[in-house]
Amino acid sequence: MATQHSRSAARLMISPAVLLLLGWMIVPLAMTVWFSFLNYNLLQPGPRTFAGFSNYYYFLTDPAFFTAIWNTLVLVLGVLAITTVGGVLLALLLDQPMWGQGIVRILVIAPFFVMPTVSALVWKNMFMNPVNGIFAWIAEALGLQPFDFLSQAPLFSIILIVAWQWLPFATLILLTALQSLDSEQMEAAEMDGASALARFFYITIPHLTRSITVVILIQTIFLLGVFAEILVTTNGGPGTASTNLTYLVYGQSLLQYDVGGGSAGGIVAVILANIVAIFLMRMIGKNLEN
Amino acid sequence: MGKISLKQVTKSFGDVTVIPALDLDIEDGEFVVFVGPSGCGKSTLLRLIAGLEDVSSGAIEIDGVNATEAPPSKRRLAMVFQSYALYPHMTVRKNIAFPLKMAGIAPDEQERKVQAAAKVLNLTNYLDRKPGQLSGGQRQRVAIGRAIVREPAAFLFDEPLSNLDAALRVNMRLEITELHHSLKTTMVYVTHDQVEAMTMADKIVVLNAGRIEQVGSPLDLYRSPRNLFVAGFIGSPRMNLLTGPSAAAHGATTIGVRPEHLTLSRSEGLWPGRVTVSEHLGSDTFLHVNAGDLGTLTVRADGEVDARHGDSVFLTPQTGKIHRFDADGKAMA
Repeated sequence: MATQHSRSAARLMISPAVLLLLGWMIVPLAMTVWFSFLNYNLLQPGPRTFAGFSNYYYFLTDPAFFTAIWNTLVLVLGVLAITTVGGVLLALLLDQPMWGQGIVRILVIAPFFVMPTVSALVWKNMFMNPVNGIFAWIAEALGLQPFDFLSQAPLFSIILIVAWQWLPFATLILLTALQSLDSEQMEAAEMDGASALARFFYITIPHLTRSITVVILIQTIFLLGVFAEILVTTNGGPGTASTNLTYLVYGQSLLQYDVGGGSAGGIVAVILANIVAIFLMRMIGKNLEN
Repeated sequence: MGKISLKQVTKSFGDVTVIPALDLDIEDGEFVVFVGPSGCGKSTLLRLIAGLEDVSSGAIEIDGVNATEAPPSKRRLAMVFQSYALYPHMTVRKNIAFPLKMAGIAPDEQERKVQAAAKVLNLTNYLDRKPGQLSGGQRQRVAIGRAIVREPAAFLFDEPLSNLDAALRVNMRLEITELHHSLKTTMVYVTHDQVEAMTMADKIVVLNAGRIEQVGSPLDLYRSPRNLFVAGFIGSPRMNLLTGPSAAAHGATTIGVRPEHLTLSRSEGLWPGRVTVSEHLGSDTFLHVNAGDLGTLTVRADGEVDARHGDSVFLTPQTGKIHRFDADGKAMA
């Protein structure tokens, strides 16, 4: 890319890909914005009239909206808490030399390869089912009343399922970070009189902060859009107890056939996600620079 | 106080014995250098003393107290690592204060000690920087500072200068030696560089394959190496080792003559030869001379000697400067 000529040639050659991606993004976005200003319901035939901001008004004043925001927040933060703390602990464990290390590491990564729908169904039917689930069996074996996870603690159950899926990702990233820690630093700290706990807090955790921020950033992006796990387990219920923003938009447009309202919800979700992304990028960008 | 005694210390990794039984006494206030080729076990020995590795058998005593089972932090030793091992997320101040903080010393006392150490090491202006913003020499000084504040019984240095460039290395060498003069604390220093060993040590321990080949002051080792290994290792350029008839003439299997103990002549001498390479250093000239059956000999001549490739010269060893070795490589009296 040294000369003016080669630079413009490069621009020319990447332009088709850029234009394609731009179109791919812009067309659906523009259509969603357009629909969000229309009275557009699949159950009401006839011309689609301009609706102004009424779709937004109804979506934002819907009591389910605030529940959904709250649930989204709880879901994202809950999963982040479990995966980062659990990931650090698991990474520490896997970093210890042991027999069959390679196989154990592959097994730990395995949940990440299972599709969200599949893993959610496995959890729903084989673990959390109050009749056939293994948790119910354990409870009965201990002489306790089986706990119906998905109806009594729906959001918590979904957090558990999603955390199970993302724990390997966090563990993997944190494990590689842990392996890059200079062993001489640990030895120096040992000679300086730091106990194992002090070494963990003063050396290991500061060394891991960068990777932890990366884990948080990537996971947040994906966790804001959790959908399949909710669809196949609770359907957002009971009531709206496990409805997040994505699921609310789905319900609006595909269960109530209100395309206009759903589009308005989609735009709201996009705006909120962007606000979160800007905050995260700033916070993490600062962290990555040092 | 900092007297360290190793008694029949051995170390094996699995089936591989790195250090066969070894005895060594390090006196209080001494500057001891472990020197040897790569993989001779010198770093392992230092780590055994530090407690970062467990001894396989034998005992380590520090100031007469058995410290074999003591954890590193309880041995009152401070170590400076090859990679400096500074904590990258902490400022210089926090790095130096870390051992004090771990010892639970009051913050104002910590600050006083950090300031004192920084003053000694010319780090006062850098206390608020992070290690990433420092040069190699400054990082090295921070690592030493972190060791000093603990007021240890002894300092352990693991090849501390090997990551520095040549000019800085000479400087740091002087600084560490001066530090030793002012602190008068025992220092154990590991290096593969025999120049560092010769210039800094009170006592050199030459190691080879985990065994101690010879212990002595730098000049002792230079004047009377106990065997071929020490003879070849100490001194730069290496001692010339000759076998065959010329050695038999002195009643030995091998004789050694240092390059500085050969006299160069254009006209007459014991061993004739031709110059292959001449290295002009300004102060000295090192001539590599092909002396036929004797092989290649190195001579240290005056800096002004103008010898070129192909010149014919004569070499004569100085009387009384010939080292004789028997068939086992041991020095003969």
